[in-house]
Amino acid sequence: MKLFLSKTLLLCLFISTHAAASDLIMARSTLSFSEAMTNLQVSLKEHGYTVARVQRIDVGLTGMGYKTDMYRIVFVGKADEIKYLVNKYPQMIPYMPPKVSVFAEGGDTLLVTANPSLFAHMVDDEKDKVIFERWESDVYSVFDDFRRAE
Amino acid sequence: MVRFLLFFFLLFSTGLASAAPDGRALFNQHCAACHGTEGRGGVGVPLSLPAFINSVSDEYLKRTIRHGRPGRIMPAFTRLSDAQVNAIVTYARSWTMVPAVEFNPAPIAGDRENGKVLFGQHCAQCHGDDGKGGKGTGVTFSRERDLPIIAPALNNSGFLASASDTMIKNTVMHGREGTPMASMLQVGLKEQEINDLVSYIRSFQERDSVDSDDDENETVIMVESPYDFDETIESLKTEIANNNFKLIRTDYLEHGFVEEGKENKKQVVLHFCNFNFLYQALAIDPRVGLFLPCRITVIEQDDKVLLMTINPMRLSHLFNNYDLDEACKKMTELYKAILEDATL
Repeated sequence: MKLFLSKTLLLCLFISTHAAASDLIMARSTLSFSEAMTNLQVSLKEHGYTVARVQRIDVGLTGMGYKTDMYRIVFVGKADEIKYLVNKYPQMIPYMPPKVSVFAEGGDTLLVTANPSLFAHMVDDEKDKVIFERWESDVYSVFDDFRRAE
Repeated sequence: MVRFLLFFFLLFSTGLASAAPDGRALFNQHCAACHGTEGRGGVGVPLSLPAFINSVSDEYLKRTIRHGRPGRIMPAFTRLSDAQVNAIVTYARSWTMVPAVEFNPAPIAGDRENGKVLFGQHCAQCHGDDGKGGKGTGVTFSRERDLPIIAPALNNSGFLASASDTMIKNTVMHGREGTPMASMLQVGLKEQEINDLVSYIRSFQERDSVDSDDDENETVIMVESPYDFDETIESLKTEIANNNFKLIRTDYLEHGFVEEGKENKKQVVLHFCNFNFLYQALAIDPRVGLFLPCRITVIEQDDKVLLMTINPMRLSHLFNNYDLDEACKKMTELYKAILEDATL
């Protein structure tokens, strides 16, 4: 009973905060691009995620002669969960690891990622869907950190 | 303990029903990423521009939040409560502290044919043929920062469901100071001619997406290779180059997650890019970088060698950007061509 009520309370809190969940989760910060990158990576780490790699899209474009704002792609995840998912559901491989786009817009920096709940339809075991719910909750938390940072 | 939890549950439940939503917090969570801090603009329209916010009704703003702009990035926020939508609108009003204008919802009669002629003469240059709107998504890759606004798509079903005829007429008559939208009265049009324009704008039909039926598109594009694992990777590299892409990097799927040398060597990712295509895609919608650069993964599993990648057409709907649909369709075709050529 206690467990049930605790879970219900947590569910209510989650639903109320993100009742308008969307396919793309976005956040804006007035942090400079480099500060934003640092803030994002620290927050991800605090939430237990590993930043596997950062793809410097802007560097590639500039190197080929294109004018561009600063733009990075952050590859992120939890090693054990990703290994578990891709072994059990190979069709998830092209979508792993999850990514966060980070790009500058004037003095602001924006984050964009796909809502992890979008991946839930690719797994058939109900208990595995919980992984995506947790990722979604973590993304909102990390992005909230990002919005609040100054 | 149970009573304690029940108390908080009830307190929380009643609190949900009675607490007034925080418009500023809601705006920052749902709107600011595109419309900028305090509505100063960005990917989306600068809502706090006095010439805009002071000339649109609350009803227009509420309907816009509800309907969005299909295919023009602005999503429909169908899951926000009425109280939350009202709170966002109230917050938006606080930017200029000017009371909301109200418009008569009655339709305006006019000569559509004459309106079409006038539209071609005075409006199409910015709003496009048949009111399809200006190109671009914001002050990032696709638009110079000195332009405050993109000409809206007047034929968009979300716009037509949100704007009353009298609101459109008011905008056409007086223009929007601080934007390229000029006052048509100052241009020399008479009120009846403006009514004709409004009548023509109201006649616009919704534009269809290239392909918005997700169910028709598989989530993953996957093919089995007739070659062994290493041969498949070499063949894939060749075809990536043959299809005018530059191979950026080859690494293991687990790269960065496990200690170097301990990765699964039968899960290899090839990252590649056509920089011109990338540049064009980012110009259409900077958010699309989320699914870039291009990647194809080769795995060996159960004595089979499989090549797999995302399906851009399946993902296109996430962005609510019709202009991106074409690019995603092209990218899907390119992925399929590369996979087919690599496994011939």
